Amino acid sequence: MKDSVFIYSPLFLNYKFSNKHPFNQLRVELTVDLLKKLKALEDDEIVEPRFATDEELELIHDAGYIRAVKQAGEGKLSEHEALNYGLGTEDTPIFPNMHQASSLIVGATLTAVDHVMMEKSKHALNLGGGLHHGFRGKASGFCIYNDSAVAIKYIIEKYGARVLYIDTDAHHGDGVQWSFYDEPNVCTLSIHETGRYLFPGTGTVHERGQGSGYGFAFNIPLDAFTEDESWLKVYKEAVTEVAEYFKPDVIVTQNGADAHYFDPLTHLHASINIYREIPKLAHEIAHSYCDGKWIAVGGGGYDIWRVVPRAWSLIWLEMKNLSCKAQGALPKEWLEKWQEKSPVELIPTWEDPDPLYQPIPRKKEIEEKNNHTLELALQFIRQQREYNAKKNVNGQTF
Amino acid sequence: MDNMIIEKIMQKNVLTLSPDHSIQDALNLIKKAKIKHIPIISEENTLIGIISDRDIRDAAPSILSKNEKLDALLNKPVKNIMKTDVITGHPLDFVEDAATIFYEHKISCLPITTNGKLVGIITKTDVLHTFVKLTGAHQPSSRIEVRVPNITGMLSEVATVFHKGKVNISSVFVYPEENEKFKTLVFRVQTMNPMGLITELEKKGYTVVWPHMMGE
Repeated sequence: MKDSVFIYSPLFLNYKFSNKHPFNQLRVELTVDLLKKLKALEDDEIVEPRFATDEELELIHDAGYIRAVKQAGEGKLSEHEALNYGLGTEDTPIFPNMHQASSLIVGATLTAVDHVMMEKSKHALNLGGGLHHGFRGKASGFCIYNDSAVAIKYIIEKYGARVLYIDTDAHHGDGVQWSFYDEPNVCTLSIHETGRYLFPGTGTVHERGQGSGYGFAFNIPLDAFTEDESWLKVYKEAVTEVAEYFKPDVIVTQNGADAHYFDPLTHLHASINIYREIPKLAHEIAHSYCDGKWIAVGGGGYDIWRVVPRAWSLIWLEMKNLSCKAQGALPKEWLEKWQEKSPVELIPTWEDPDPLYQPIPRKKEIEEKNNHTLELALQFIRQQREYNAKKNVNGQTF
Repeated sequence: MDNMIIEKIMQKNVLTLSPDHSIQDALNLIKKAKIKHIPIISEENTLIGIISDRDIRDAAPSILSKNEKLDALLNKPVKNIMKTDVITGHPLDFVEDAATIFYEHKISCLPITTNGKLVGIITKTDVLHTFVKLTGAHQPSSRIEVRVPNITGMLSEVATVFHKGKVNISSVFVYPEENEKFKTLVFRVQTMNPMGLITELEKKGYTVVWPHMMGE
């Protein structure tokens, strides 16, 4: 069995709304090139993705919506009808062959799932995926089909495994959460910037699932301007405790890289350091609970030059236990190749410049608020744990 | 705007009792249905009173006195302790009317009647939920706040920027400011990328209160 596979096709670039749209899959190519120039990604580790079938897309999406996406991509959908499906908006404009481009992204995450669940590989990475805003019958927030939701449903149906989904994108993972809101075999954990201002607005600490899925959705909305220290405290405590509580068979992590200070769409103040720690803990959890089974996908990330290639390389390096390679200068050939295409000056090292930004005056308040939110989010688990502990003590005493 | 009338949000299957039911019956119903109020109606469905969990508690003898007294109370008919000066609403009232009634009379439940007959009931929670929907926070959107001079036409001008940017508005609030010369317009707009809108608003000389970037 291989340790890790990297799912990639140059055709990922066909998922493209327009030249000025912030969602740009060139970031996957930038990452692949960085890893290759670092000599950390070999050709035999790269796996060609397949396309998702309509039947697979229908695990989550309405047949009518899939038909509409196909028609839109062929220029056969009226503007009015398109808008009902969230297509043809500024966020998700219509582009040629959008069905093919989107179903390849889903197929790539399914390819990752099959490799891990059929034990061909312990871990699998699809940086083209992580389109967590896609809804059953509606495109939203740059996402057409929800690859992660389809893949999770596929895992439940085909492999009967329980899935822990960890979403560290700066935006709430709404599409995935609502897909499994009443499903006790899927536990979703999303850590994001509060929706008070930021899209999509949901993801409050009180969204905990419903019916038999109650207690299997966790949300930790963080204050704007949250920095590394507070972000990581929340991440580590939440992931550790939720994993211990849910005891998953496999984990799926969504690795949006838009919580970084440089990201133009969000207001969190994280540095590259969190992107070193995120996969590290995910890796540990996968080995402690799931015999290593870990599927990682990409997600948001709109500073595609300075942030995403470094942040996403760190996931692959962690999977391969090579994160020690990510220190000091970036490969010179990579910097030379891409600097001329980049509108901003590239960061020449794996580390961020220090200081990255001016000190935040409200730092203490923000940390205090985040701790309170964390406490609320985990209250359910902590109370249950205390109750069980007491029961055990009493059981032994009497 | 018919979602903003009481008829659209009221609970139509109301649990009721007659004036001759016992207080014990009322207590059982409150516990079983997890409700706090029971309208009391005549045989013709006319509203004649209301009883709450608190009315029963207030009527109950002190725990220090003997239990016979409590049993005697529970066997009495609800008409002995029900409130008869009931504040009611009409199905065609606006939700904000109900909100005002709840606020001014410090009550949490409002029976709805037409011609004296009970047709529904609403609670504070129902009204609150309607206001949550009004804020647009239940569907995917971003929030943008713009500070404008308190003169006519500002909302229309700002909304035109969204229109030109092809971005749908989920909700809009007009907040008064301490300084009466200004108002804050709060929008929830259906886009994940409000940057273009913000640039456009600022180019036109508006103050975008949020989102604002620190540092950069």
